Amino acid sequence: MEKGNGCCSIMASSATITFFLVGITLVMCRVLYAMYRSSKPLRKRAPQPVSTLIVLGSGGHTAEMLNLLSVLQKDRFSPRTYIAAATDNMSLQKARLFENSLADENGVGAVKTAQFMQIYRSREVGQSYATSVWTTLLAIVHALQLMIKIRPQVILCNGPGTCIPLCAIAFLFKVLGIRWSSIFYVESIARVKRLSLSGLLLYKLRIADELFVQWPQLQRKYPRAHYVGCLM
Amino acid sequence: MGDTENGEKARKTVFVTVGTTLFDALVRAVDSLEVKQELLKRGYTNLVIQMGRGSYTPTKSGGEDGSLAVDFFTFSSSIADYLRSASLVISHAGSGSIFETLRLGKPLIVVVNEDLMDNHQIELAEELAERKHLYCARPQTLHQTIESMDLESLLPYPPGDAMPVAKLINQFLGFPDD
Repeated sequence: MEKGNGCCSIMASSATITFFLVGITLVMCRVLYAMYRSSKPLRKRAPQPVSTLIVLGSGGHTAEMLNLLSVLQKDRFSPRTYIAAATDNMSLQKARLFENSLADENGVGAVKTAQFMQIYRSREVGQSYATSVWTTLLAIVHALQLMIKIRPQVILCNGPGTCIPLCAIAFLFKVLGIRWSSIFYVESIARVKRLSLSGLLLYKLRIADELFVQWPQLQRKYPRAHYVGCLM
Repeated sequence: MGDTENGEKARKTVFVTVGTTLFDALVRAVDSLEVKQELLKRGYTNLVIQMGRGSYTPTKSGGEDGSLAVDFFTFSSSIADYLRSASLVISHAGSGSIFETLRLGKPLIVVVNEDLMDNHQIELAEELAERKHLYCARPQTLHQTIESMDLESLLPYPPGDAMPVAKLINQFLGFPDD
């Protein structure tokens, strides 16, 4: 009797362990697949507009991003959602000016194709790496809310930390099959010798589909990055 | 603004900008006697300082006695106008200020803030200095840089182009080339 019980519980627990292991393996496979498929060009894409999330940094970062946006085809990258840190009032203002100037050119309302949102920042300039763990968690929860709402097909970002929670969630959505988004990261021109923390994370974890650097010596150091000249 | 036509000495303005940063060391350096004297020697007549959030207030001067006229303000929405009317720009190492100045073709001295924790900004200033697009200094070496600089030897900065990046993004997403 006792022996039989023991046998059953061993079988039950080994079944649980097997089930658990299979589950883990499947999830790992899916994560690896998502990493592998990211950075591969999309196989087929009808020439339809793609919903685009633009993560604005601050100051110089925003200037570089708007520089890139000004040459991207607005009818392809539409609708556009802009996100900036809650502590950064200037960036969204600049994005609004940019969208308004487009609207003036085309004679359509900017409101229809563009949305503007703010997000908690995961790390302020100069904040220590230790305390940024906690603020990053907070930022992730907020980012999740926003990402569920937006579910972009394309994410354009260029640092600093604001984009990390958003990109991490975008990657999670890829793994879970909720939304396949292509993430493009342009490293700031201010980074000459080393990638920024954001750039390094997106590069090493293979979250960014394509990562652009603006100095040739940086590309030599990170061979999967692209160097096609300066943006500024 | 501008020069008066009746033979008065032409106005040559040095514009100092710290952007949105706190950089008292730079404001203090440009307000120092040695820097002001070097600027005078170089033929500059006016010094305009955008001091941002700093607490050090420079001394204003009308420049009547042949000294440098000094003026300052905290922030302005028309920094571009100040840059445009300047003969020399002394700036913090932020990439926004650097490229805005270079695009206007103004001679530029970038002063690196050594108090910043994660000071990658030195990289950009030094790289561009190596390529002879600007001069790079520290607050305590600024007067030497002004003394020894040769503005004729600076090379114009070729403006960047975002098109190649845009093209790669389009290709990745499967959009046809135009």
